[in-house]
Amino acid sequence: MRRGLMAKFVVALAVFALVAVGCERDGGTTTDDNGDAAQQGGNLLQEVIDRGTLRCGVNETVPGFGFAEAGEEPEGFDIDFCRAFAAAIVGDPEAIEMTPVDADTRIIALQNGDYDVLVRNTTHTTSRDGTEGLSFAHVNFYDGQAMMVRTESDFQSLEDMDGANVCVTTGTTTELNLADRFAELGLDVTAVGGADNTQLQQAFIRDRCDGWTSDRSQLAGIRGAWPPRDGGPDALRILPDVMSKEPLAPAVLDGEVALYQVVNAVVHGLIFAEELGVTSNNVDQQAQSPDSADIANLLGVPVEEGAAESINHGLGIDNDFMQGVLAAVGNYGEIFERHIGANTPLGLERGINALWTEGGIQYAIPFR
Amino acid sequence: MAQAVPTQQRPPLWRDVRVLRLVAQVAFVAVVAIVLRELFLNADFNLSRRGRDLSFDFLRTRAGFGIKEHIISYTSNQSLLRAFLVAATNSMFVAGVGIVLTTVLGIFIGIARLSTNWLVRKMAQAYVEVFRNTPLLVQVIFWYSGVILTIPRIQDSVSLFGVVFVSNRGAALPGIEGGADFSVWLLFALAGIVAAAVVRRYRTRVHDETGRPHYRFLFGTGAFFLVAVTAYLLLGDPFAIQAPEQGVRNYIGGTQISPEFVGIIIALVLYTAAFIGEIVRGSILAVSKGQKEAAEALGLRPGQQLRLVVLPQAMRIAIPPINNQYLNLWKNTSLGFAIFFPELINVTGTIVTQGGAELQVFSMVVLTYLGISLLISLVMNIVNRAVALRGAKL
Repeated sequence: MRRGLMAKFVVALAVFALVAVGCERDGGTTTDDNGDAAQQGGNLLQEVIDRGTLRCGVNETVPGFGFAEAGEEPEGFDIDFCRAFAAAIVGDPEAIEMTPVDADTRIIALQNGDYDVLVRNTTHTTSRDGTEGLSFAHVNFYDGQAMMVRTESDFQSLEDMDGANVCVTTGTTTELNLADRFAELGLDVTAVGGADNTQLQQAFIRDRCDGWTSDRSQLAGIRGAWPPRDGGPDALRILPDVMSKEPLAPAVLDGEVALYQVVNAVVHGLIFAEELGVTSNNVDQQAQSPDSADIANLLGVPVEEGAAESINHGLGIDNDFMQGVLAAVGNYGEIFERHIGANTPLGLERGINALWTEGGIQYAIPFR
Repeated sequence: MAQAVPTQQRPPLWRDVRVLRLVAQVAFVAVVAIVLRELFLNADFNLSRRGRDLSFDFLRTRAGFGIKEHIISYTSNQSLLRAFLVAATNSMFVAGVGIVLTTVLGIFIGIARLSTNWLVRKMAQAYVEVFRNTPLLVQVIFWYSGVILTIPRIQDSVSLFGVVFVSNRGAALPGIEGGADFSVWLLFALAGIVAAAVVRRYRTRVHDETGRPHYRFLFGTGAFFLVAVTAYLLLGDPFAIQAPEQGVRNYIGGTQISPEFVGIIIALVLYTAAFIGEIVRGSILAVSKGQKEAAEALGLRPGQQLRLVVLPQAMRIAIPPINNQYLNLWKNTSLGFAIFFPELINVTGTIVTQGGAELQVFSMVVLTYLGISLLISLVMNIVNRAVALRGAKL
């Protein structure tokens, strides 16, 4: 019966071909596993609420911001923001799944739906808004690119570094800024570019590179963790020159409006809480009897016993979301001091990350 | 009883095997084409829904980053396309140098494996086992981080006679600085090579006819130098030898070789030579034993037996497997990424960050690797056909 089988085969092929051609080009035919969110045009917030877990794209190699000890979960400044978002959206700061991503793949992974929010010391730029389709919430850390050199070298500023070999991480805006800044100063530079911080560290230790350039926060973290047998943190110096602006902010995918607004509100809420003096210690007491109408709005509680509801944000989450957030991670200042402040190995000053009332530029939008 | 012989009748179309085969092939091609079209449209659709497209316009934008070593010229003001080409030519240069070196070393290792000297044989065996059985990436990182980075820093450079410097920032050798008439001199040098070849043939003919020693190598080299030196004097300094100097952070002048280049070359050459050594060994063993015995009977020494009789036949067999190893070496140049060498994968990572067009860029990467692989195979096939014994059964 070979001929009969052959005929059936040909007929089956022809039918399949016709069906394939005839299929409408709609979003339903071929999407990847997590393309649903984009397909339905921005339901990721509801999906996260239903799922009960928030997935964050994080760093695990930058001390202070996102760093994982061997075998442990990552901890750091950005991780606390992830917890804050989870507290706001699903009510549990520990209901998070962290996906460590590196600079090359972070954006592709977000677009693929591997995680929901990117909170990984990522610079907000116009092309990331446009070409890469990200929506950045309010800046959670104003950073800048800097150059780190050995203390024993005689470099005092970038002008001294003509012809230097500089270690840099590829796939980041750092490389581009390095080339541009040195070109502006009319100096030669040889960029030794790699993907892995540990490899770059080896090259820098061995004097393959005269300098190492990256965001100042990252350099502070690397310096803070510099091994004692190579001289410890005192063997390194970060030059004062600011090579670029690097406003670091959490990001979600374009089109996820509801999720974006919640993430943005949480960041502003953390800054607003510091402005109002609400901390993880007094948030419960303030929730019971708020000192001011502003605090009542922030925490989503009535101004006083028997008063009407203070506020309805209409963000798709409970109006008292900031209570859970502040109880879990504290306000912006607390998060800063806990991971990257003066008492940590990074030892960063608040600098421009201080509140606008204290000489910095962190300024929250009103909660009303 | 006469019976009419049935005339050859064609079966009905739907039972005719030839027709069915044709229809099946056409249908198969149609299905493949439709599937490819669906994949392409799906990608286009999903990308455009995220505000991206499948165009290659981003290749025209300014690169904005430096590439620290390049075979063709490059500045950060040139386009991303130029950056891509620079990276591709870097990879090709590594592969070219690597292929030459690994062939020489591989043949040597293969012969050493069959040496009558026990120590040589065992050392070659140890070499093959070590380099074959460890992952190449580990070897690459070992040579770079474990060896090259640990040699003295540039301020403490090791120097030979003051003209060669070595440190963990690279090696600097005397280089050729071309003057005004350098290209003219090069033409003369080419003529000198031709002259050497002619003289060589003449001397061989003399030797064949009269039996006098030909000394053809000496005569040939002499002819070349005669032409080259005469041209140099006539043209009046067409080039100068420039010795490098040791600067504070870099070497100045001369020919410089970066430690990253040395690292990837050493790792690739040593690794691939182990495989080529085994191929060569197998090929030599595959040559019929009678050939070696006949050569010995003719009074040839072992070295001559190998060089004149066995090896030419062995290399014929070895060409297709060695082609495989060349392709492996070419693709393995991508491991230069791990040690900061600006090869294709390293630079395309930056191009993607700049232009954001992953699908287009990685398609270009795939096509580049594929294209050069096909080119290598093409050349090796030509070589194979050229040396193949016509109609011979080996």
